[in-house]
Amino acid sequence: MYEHDVIVVGAGGAGLRAAIEAHEEGADVALVTKLHPVRSHTGAAEGGINAALHEKDSWDLHAYDTMKGSDYLGDAPAIDAFAKEARHEVIQLEHWGMPFSREEDGTVSQRPFGGLSHPRTTYAGAETGHHLLHTMYEQVVKRGIEVYDEWFVTRLAVTDEPNPSDRTCHGCVAYEIATGELSGFYARDGVILATGGLGQAFDHTTNAIACTGDGQAMAYRAGAPMEDMEFVQFHPTTLPSTGVLISEGVRGEGGILYNDNEERLMYEYGYANNDGELASRDVVSRAELTEVNEGRGIEDEYVHLDMRHLGEERIIDRLENILHLAEDFEGVDGLDEPMPVKPGQHYQMGGTEVDEYGHSCVDGLYAVGECACYSLHGANRLGGNALPELLVFGARAGRHAAGAVEEEPEIPTGPGAKSDDWDEESPAELGAVDATDPIAADGGAVATPQEVLEQAVETERERVETLMERDGINHADVRAKVQKTMTENVNVFREESNLKQALKDIREAREEYQNVAVADPSRTYNTDLIHTIETRNVIDVAEAIALGALARKEFRGAHWRKQYQERRDDEYLKHTLYAWNGGNPELYYKPVILEGHEEKYEPKVRSY
Amino acid sequence: MSTKIEEKPETETEADEQTSPGEQRRELKRERAAEREQQIQEELSEAEETVGIKVFRFDPEVADKEEPRFDSFTVPFFRGMSVLDALVYARDTYDSSLTFRHSCRQAVCGSDALFINGRQRLACKTQVSDLEWPIRIEPLPHQDVVKDLVVDMEHFYEQMHAVEPFFDPDETPDGELEEQRQTPENREKVKLSTRCIWCGACMSSCNIAAGDNEYLGPAAINKAYRFAMDEREGEDRKQERLRIVEQEHGVWRCQTQFSCTEVCPKDIPLTEHIQELKREAVKSNLKFW
Repeated sequence: MYEHDVIVVGAGGAGLRAAIEAHEEGADVALVTKLHPVRSHTGAAEGGINAALHEKDSWDLHAYDTMKGSDYLGDAPAIDAFAKEARHEVIQLEHWGMPFSREEDGTVSQRPFGGLSHPRTTYAGAETGHHLLHTMYEQVVKRGIEVYDEWFVTRLAVTDEPNPSDRTCHGCVAYEIATGELSGFYARDGVILATGGLGQAFDHTTNAIACTGDGQAMAYRAGAPMEDMEFVQFHPTTLPSTGVLISEGVRGEGGILYNDNEERLMYEYGYANNDGELASRDVVSRAELTEVNEGRGIEDEYVHLDMRHLGEERIIDRLENILHLAEDFEGVDGLDEPMPVKPGQHYQMGGTEVDEYGHSCVDGLYAVGECACYSLHGANRLGGNALPELLVFGARAGRHAAGAVEEEPEIPTGPGAKSDDWDEESPAELGAVDATDPIAADGGAVATPQEVLEQAVETERERVETLMERDGINHADVRAKVQKTMTENVNVFREESNLKQALKDIREAREEYQNVAVADPSRTYNTDLIHTIETRNVIDVAEAIALGALARKEFRGAHWRKQYQERRDDEYLKHTLYAWNGGNPELYYKPVILEGHEEKYEPKVRSY
Repeated sequence: MSTKIEEKPETETEADEQTSPGEQRRELKRERAAEREQQIQEELSEAEETVGIKVFRFDPEVADKEEPRFDSFTVPFFRGMSVLDALVYARDTYDSSLTFRHSCRQAVCGSDALFINGRQRLACKTQVSDLEWPIRIEPLPHQDVVKDLVVDMEHFYEQMHAVEPFFDPDETPDGELEEQRQTPENREKVKLSTRCIWCGACMSSCNIAAGDNEYLGPAAINKAYRFAMDEREGEDRKQERLRIVEQEHGVWRCQTQFSCTEVCPKDIPLTEHIQELKREAVKSNLKFW
């Protein structure tokens, strides 16, 4: 068994930032990641990091833009803390050596981004995430923080009191990919999940193969609910054949979207009369798909993003990486011709329910970055807000886990925060198929942390043995089924019948998962086993997304419903929670908090 | 809202032999195998072309893979197909034990540097149509093979860490931090060096590294360059960095064969950076002499 004060699961931007902060506060920290840290998907972020640096800009404008972008589903305590601390985090990153793009006077450059009232997006070319990831990993190396790379965390070690708010997380179980060794990781002070996105629940995504919703699903089964999962961001500019992202920076620098008639669609058809291409991402994605659906798409599939008029010098200076991506993954020369783009799954606004310190209702269990929901992004995330999020909340959770925070959180979590239940029936069965999956110790018996861990390791060992020894079908079929139905039925435009179909398909996939087996008999680097375990996580997060989408009968942010074309503040100014409840899931709601540090945010019509 | 949990017997002894879960699973597996066989035939016959890949296989603990061998797979070709796409198809369709690292699919995570048709390349950004067929896919040379296409990267990481790869200025200010200045020219100077994705292609291509296990290698030296040339760090730190790369197994081992520069998937002028550090080292030695 391994033992540390704080264990951080996942070593992308949020995990690295959390580890650095906990280390600075004197904790013995370890990072446990299924990849090597520099392979994490933060490295694929392109556009930038929002922070109010200029004199003319201010944190409250940033907070206001974020609240408006969230379509008033963000919680003010999280938004205010975020906007206030983003500046410090960006300057800190600069002092860690981040190679930001610069102005002539040597200051950090900032560019306009969608939904922002001020150009406040700092960047490093069109490869900001790569530089942020490497800069922070370098600081982890500098501090000698222990990294267990290519160790896949499969389970949290949590006590099993009936009410999740009474439970404690004592660590996790991890599988060393190179050797097949399963070990317990005892965390004296806390486990911070920073496992990233869940794009593999869809088949056209900008996310990496590794983005399988592991943290959200593990925390969910351990008792921490998933929050606002129906809010999925579809990025308006991804390459049609691969889903590779073309940064919003292209539009920030002046790139224009055209339909098949060579019309500037955002203005021609009134999707965003003020901000045009720089409207919020959900607005632009719907605009593009409407063009395609109404017959003005190119090859009935995509639209064109043109940046040629920016000139070669500016493109090379600020967007060079985009030229490489378009060339390598779509065979298009962005200096010579417009680039084909269409919406693709990009970011999950929802995640593990946590407060503004990243702490979940389970004591000692934290979540930060994309796998978490504070809630900062609400119904829609603004471009350039994910990278400062992982800095601000990574730091906050690291500090809290190390015992350096005395303030009480303002955002309530767990069953106690519930305001009302969803009172309809699901069209398909939900949750566990077989006998419930025990969390840890038996029957709420008092157990030492070591016993809880040992039991968790034993449960995982049995699960791995079963998958390895039995005969059965390939998980890839099951995963493909989930991806297909999610992309067909739980996409940008959502209809009741499609959402119901998705839930039925997901149920079928879950039942089929009972029959999966790992064909590779080896203990050495068995990716067949890793992917098979991930697929179970994909099923759980897909179910949460589809059910949350069916239950929310309104149009808010990224969530569009055919039958409900209005935002309904009277009914739905509330967060969706989805709790595992011992394998018998429960969907309920809690109120949105609009009372901020300075003032109360009043929901307004959201137009761009 | 609630749903009932259906309990199903798990062990074979509890159920009739004909319908035991184990038997059901085996039956389902047979059905799937038959469906898959049919699907493969359809996909292969529908595809205008098929491409053959020959993939290196090795697993130290599986009887028929202890001796390295090549397996051939036939994959339906489509326009825009990458070598990674072909590998994924082969794994998900024919053999789920086929093992390789991959994640981002867009040349930034650096997981899938492989030896493809005799050259180090990233599988995700290498187009099948640009290669001679059948395509021969091997693990990176000069590194221990863990299994199939997966190599042990530990030595590569150790060399990267040996150059103290972190921003470490001479002085750190107290109190609330203010933004430092960096000229656009200086940022431009380090720009290409910061693009390294730690894929290991350069190290694998280098003859010197192959013969001298302690040689820092092109990626690590490029990392040292990235910091030594950054004006924000300060002169003292730069001198320390030059001393690190000047050691016996440092920059002077490079014989400017340019193999690293040729294979770098991010087009970093590695050899030039090594040469520039040699010049800087000479200059600073003269200064202190």
